[in-house]
Amino acid sequence: MFQAIIKRLVGALPALFGVIVVTFILTRALPGDPAAYFAGPAGSQEAIEEVRAKLGLDRSLPEQFVLYLRDLARGDWGYSLTTGQPVLTELAERLPASLELTLVGLVLAVIIAIPLGVLAATRPGSWIDHLCRGITTAGVSLPTFFTGLLLAYVFYFLLGWAPSPLGRLDPYTTAPDFVTGFYLIDSLLAGDGETFVAAASQLALPAITLALFVLAPLARMTRASMLGVLSADFIRTARASGLHPFKVLFTYAFRNALLPVLTTLGMVFSFLLGSNVLVEKVFAWPGIGSFAIEALVASDYAPVQGFVLAMALLYVLLNLLIDVAYGLVDPRARLEA
Amino acid sequence: MNTANPALATRAAPGRLARQWHTLRYVVGENPLSAISAGLFVGFVLLALFGPWLAPHDPLASHVGEPLSPPSMAHWFGTDALGRDILSRVIIATRLDLGIAVAAVALSFVIGGLMGAFAGYFGGWFDRVSTRVSDTIMAFPLFVLAMGIVAALGNTVANIVLATAIINLPFYLRVARAEVRVRREAGFVEAARLAGNGELRVLFYHLIPNVMPPMMVQISLNMGWAILNAAGLSFIGLGVRPPEAEWGIMVAEGAQYIVSGEWWIALFPGLVLMLAVFCFNLLGDSLRDLIDPRRRT
Amino acid sequence: MSPTGKTLLEVDRLAVEFRTRSGTVRALEDVSLALAEGETVGLVGESGSGKSVLSFAAMGIQDPAARITAGSLRFAGQDLLAGKGAAMKALRGREMAMIFQNPRVALNPIRPVGKQIEDVLARHTDLHPAARRARAVECLAEVRIPDPERRYAAYPFELSGGMCQRVMIAIALACKPRLLIADEPTTGLDVTTQAAIMRLISELSAERRMATLLITHDLGLAREYCDRIAVMHAGHIVEVGPTAGLFAAPRHPYTERLIAATPVGANSLDELAAIDGNLPDLRRDDLPACRFAERCPQRAAVCDAPLALLPAEGSHRVACHLPRKVAHSLERKHVASA
Repeated sequence: MFQAIIKRLVGALPALFGVIVVTFILTRALPGDPAAYFAGPAGSQEAIEEVRAKLGLDRSLPEQFVLYLRDLARGDWGYSLTTGQPVLTELAERLPASLELTLVGLVLAVIIAIPLGVLAATRPGSWIDHLCRGITTAGVSLPTFFTGLLLAYVFYFLLGWAPSPLGRLDPYTTAPDFVTGFYLIDSLLAGDGETFVAAASQLALPAITLALFVLAPLARMTRASMLGVLSADFIRTARASGLHPFKVLFTYAFRNALLPVLTTLGMVFSFLLGSNVLVEKVFAWPGIGSFAIEALVASDYAPVQGFVLAMALLYVLLNLLIDVAYGLVDPRARLEA
Repeated sequence: MNTANPALATRAAPGRLARQWHTLRYVVGENPLSAISAGLFVGFVLLALFGPWLAPHDPLASHVGEPLSPPSMAHWFGTDALGRDILSRVIIATRLDLGIAVAAVALSFVIGGLMGAFAGYFGGWFDRVSTRVSDTIMAFPLFVLAMGIVAALGNTVANIVLATAIINLPFYLRVARAEVRVRREAGFVEAARLAGNGELRVLFYHLIPNVMPPMMVQISLNMGWAILNAAGLSFIGLGVRPPEAEWGIMVAEGAQYIVSGEWWIALFPGLVLMLAVFCFNLLGDSLRDLIDPRRRT
Repeated sequence: MSPTGKTLLEVDRLAVEFRTRSGTVRALEDVSLALAEGETVGLVGESGSGKSVLSFAAMGIQDPAARITAGSLRFAGQDLLAGKGAAMKALRGREMAMIFQNPRVALNPIRPVGKQIEDVLARHTDLHPAARRARAVECLAEVRIPDPERRYAAYPFELSGGMCQRVMIAIALACKPRLLIADEPTTGLDVTTQAAIMRLISELSAERRMATLLITHDLGLAREYCDRIAVMHAGHIVEVGPTAGLFAAPRHPYTERLIAATPVGANSLDELAAIDGNLPDLRRDDLPACRFAERCPQRAAVCDAPLALLPAEGSHRVACHLPRKVAHSLERKHVASA
């Protein structure tokens, strides 16, 4: 098993390398002269040359790439012009906010999508099947930034159920002590129920917005793969041996149907991390997405590059986890690995 | 879908047409939404073509009405903070939004399709390189990659198109590569080769026409997503700049007003955007059902 | 292996319909068949004749679109259709079991085969987990799988088709059922494995005095392993009788053609006769009383009259208004080649 995981880790290396090469290309493709840009608008010719040498821009591209790798490894991801802080520090500070939002959104989507897909597949043609079809077609058509706004309008402005859609906590609540950076977990660890409720109510709308968007591909895939598996020969064998319908549905059908769903999860993460940026902007969520957008608007490129790299690394890692999970469920994949 | 024998396929053409017509009617009858989406599609195309003549007001002119006035007979969709007519802006934006998506999809279709076809047909180093390129693109969360590309290349509409094209490229490349690969050794290809056709001629005249149906399905499934991506990029302030009318940016402009109750500024462009994406997704599903009934889910 | 035991499975005037969008398919009509303890009966007929529909209905695992509209199913005197299938549920997998074709895909691909046997044991016995595991290994040994202790943990993809079929038989026989339905058990296996599997089934059936219903389109197989044979055509049983008698003197023109279309006994491929026409569309409202009439060379006015299985000779029965005389059937080769 360990060997299989190691093999998968090694298998992720080309993707990792590709990601770094692309981000490197993106940093060198900045409009105009990067040195002039990093020296600032008031930079003299000398200052520009100094920056050029400091950034290694006067060397050949392969050399620059090696320097880039070295800097990345050292944790030197550049500085934000607007805040003056190292990009890596800024990202690390904001990452828990983004992760908390993304994970809660994903969990919500999975909790709804998988039972929905299973029910739709076991009762083809029923109302729940039609509901599933409706949700999957409509769901992928939703612009997340727009659904977020609609939810905010309805639940904050009209109904008053949700707090003002600004940030992770209302201004009257102080953040819990830092342990994991996830407010939900940290407030529970601190035994502070009030903060937990405050954090959860701030989190609810953005997380639902994200969930609505990624629910569709998940439910669609679950339904399709469940339908396929339920008509498989081995399900008939299980039924003929008189196994309990729940046993047939879960141990036999569902675990097999999970395999294509796990594969889809990779695409779902891609959607999730992308729409996360939009949702963070809508709800003024202080995560790495908002940070990148602010930097982008201010033409502050180092944080944007850092953000793209961080997201890509996160995505490679998530795909690796999916791979490992796949191996756990499917003995055939374990053997091939 | 199985046109392994072109001679047979041509002979059976009338029957096949009739059958496709029958399937079309079946698909539409089965799912009346297909008919609705086809109608919507025509509507969007008309708006894109004739928008400037259909818009009741100048989309850029401020103070054509009282600022921030809700929908009324004079301004069906209301007016924004500058007193611009939202209906006119929504109509005018159709051309830009669809234009970006169509251009991006066309670009990735042509480049991705050709790369995929070559990779699938010739294999070898080109296959390895192009597969590696597409895998590398797919190793990014795609919207984030698009952000990075626009940030690096410059904040222009052309770069939005390019970025959207790049993140869509792998899908076309993969479909074309896979479809060409399975047909590379098919009987009709072998026959064309034996008839003295050069490799390129076989590829362009015999293989590529055969992989068009799945590619068309890919296009229609992809359009909605391309629109969504482009609108998302302009929502966060990339590409299209105010005062230009574009659905994503209009939603962004309305965002700050929605919490104070002026819902119409963001609602109408958002709804139309949603409708456009919905329409293309439905069309894509119907087209897939029509061309490849086996993959119906 | 003589059919002396008392009746175990009794299918009486069974009718099954499928409601589909394009009409109602009358898949089985007036089907009666009985199996005695220790007896092996072959159910033969071309694809689509209703063999599998009958066996699925007997196991209560038919398609959700299928409805039993008439008739009864009894197992050891117990009504299987009682209590919305509750009776069936109690017996399925314990008293009656079934094995299928294409064994490699008929087993759960991501569950060790031993576990799949244990699942059945867990459902139908109160063995402790440890005893269950031991019993599962024993089951593997009973179907002559070498090194059963090691095979217990194997996944189907690690086993050959023949091994997978043995595992499926082990699953079916884990609870020592009194009836085994084998639905084309050798389809999808290579020829040498086919013989081994058939020998295994017939040995186990004999050892346990298990009633066996062998569903096959291979008449040669049926002739070799079955005590009696029932011939199905388009949802009807058209002829049923002891194997030797049925092959020596088929009464129904369909049986006769079926035998003529089988390589066994024919000296060359030229002598193989194809059967004219296709199975009739079972959605039609105007199906003739004899569903073979439209393909039958000797159709006459009397063929439109209602039809039942009538005794021909001893237990040999046939559903035909113009059954073949015994003398005729001796010349069947001439008929076939004509």
